[in-house]
Amino acid sequence: MKPLDFHWFRFASPATFYPLAGRMIPLFWLLAAVFGVAGLWVSFFVAPTDATQGEGYRIIFVHVPASWMSMFIYIMMATWAGIGLAFNTRLAGMMAQALAPTGALMALLSLWTGALWGKPMWGTWWVWDARLTSELVLLFLYLGFIALQAAIDEPRRADKAGAVLALVGVVNVPIIYFSVKWWNTLHQGASVSLTRAPAMAQAMLWGMLLMALCFWMYSIAMALTRVRAIILEREATHDWTHGLEEVMA
Amino acid sequence: MNWGSFADFLAMGGYAPYVWGSFGFALVAFAAEYVLVRHRWTAIVGNLKRQAIAARLDEEMA
Amino acid sequence: MKALLAVIHRDLLIAMRRKAEVLTALFFFVIVTSLFPLGIGPEPALLRKIAPGVLWVGALLATMLGLQRMFAADYADGTLEQMALSPQPLALLVAGKNVAHWLVCGLPLVVLAPVLGLQFGLDGQSLAVLTLGLLIGTPVLSLVGSVGAALTLGVRGGGALLSLLVLPLYVPTLIFGAGAVEAQQSGMGASGHLSLLAALLALAAFFAPWATTTAIRIALE
Repeated sequence: MKPLDFHWFRFASPATFYPLAGRMIPLFWLLAAVFGVAGLWVSFFVAPTDATQGEGYRIIFVHVPASWMSMFIYIMMATWAGIGLAFNTRLAGMMAQALAPTGALMALLSLWTGALWGKPMWGTWWVWDARLTSELVLLFLYLGFIALQAAIDEPRRADKAGAVLALVGVVNVPIIYFSVKWWNTLHQGASVSLTRAPAMAQAMLWGMLLMALCFWMYSIAMALTRVRAIILEREATHDWTHGLEEVMA
Repeated sequence: MNWGSFADFLAMGGYAPYVWGSFGFALVAFAAEYVLVRHRWTAIVGNLKRQAIAARLDEEMA
Repeated sequence: MKALLAVIHRDLLIAMRRKAEVLTALFFFVIVTSLFPLGIGPEPALLRKIAPGVLWVGALLATMLGLQRMFAADYADGTLEQMALSPQPLALLVAGKNVAHWLVCGLPLVVLAPVLGLQFGLDGQSLAVLTLGLLIGTPVLSLVGSVGAALTLGVRGGGALLSLLVLPLYVPTLIFGAGAVEAQQSGMGASGHLSLLAALLALAAFFAPWATTTAIRIALE
């Protein structure tokens, strides 16, 4: 069957996507494990000790991947939400809803590890540098999205309202980042910047990349697992959910 | 090899609480997220099972 | 055009009949900004330093208070639905509502701010930059806030949820607005900040009514 013959859009139906997601999830867990082991190996046993920051810099192997994922997931969430709004599909909205908590967790992880990095290096638990502050605002954007969807009972309206919010947010994120960067550089005297990262040895870059891939695979696995739960919750009244093997067992 | 001994590895050059605090929090957070989502999925599946049983009983009664 | 003016006129008329709602937001602005010196201490140099931030945050919060009244009353009595069904483009009517909201909630803040700025010991130039910044910035707050107000129409936990949604989006306006006054105070000149504020206004004026319209249609379904 030629790729063009295959009707990809059949997977836009929650009923057909559910088993597909079920088959994909173990693959992504496996990839996450592989990249995780490789990444941790590089982080601890290959990347050398830093000249200025000693062993403490190794936090970047969690901090940077978490930051990257928090931003990437927000964009993906907004994309799916936008697709759901534009094409009026159910599954796209469910996917956006599934991505939000994982993205928020990544933002929180980024902030937590940022604080733990700042304390030994610069003496304070919180540093108002541009990236951390933007990350904080991103966490608020995630929480707002989750809160709005939680507050609206009717699922389709919640999807659409969330979509508008996510799209407004995704347009604003660059503006917010730019404004915070501007604010930060003007106050440079008072604060220090986490952007002055250690001069990157090759191994350090590899460590960050592998850990980022690990977090990415994890996020996909987690989002697919969550979307399966959401699909069942929302489609509970449809017959196909009653015929599932996990239900019939 | 970066570390002289396992003790050195754990100590992380004095930065142990920060480095392990970070990696540890990540691990705990991911584990917690997995547990919560898995719980959500089993809850809805349990719900559906009960509905299926109820439907079957209704049929048998009728 | 006539429809736009009609909407503005109607909203202003309604606001004038319910002066209490409008004035409470204003008094909130005054009280909140007065609380900071009480909480921090009356030392003039410190007050002059915190003034831009305090006044701008006060303006933000006071605008937040007034946001719900933009659509809530019309949503409740069905007028909003009529507006959506009318031959006039909804975006135009929404723009009218935003203008009216700004005239009622934003413009008074602009007028009051220099007076409050004196409380903090700001000098003339800084007061001018503060006022100009608020003049450009408060419409942005009304425009962006209207998206949040439309999204939370008839939703549980309206007010607090609205704050959570809208305040992160207010961050750039706050940074450039307060930053402008600080730049003036430190002698660097506020033109860069004010230009950026104007850019934000242009962006918001162009995109926000469209987003608000979409949100209203979602709420009306």
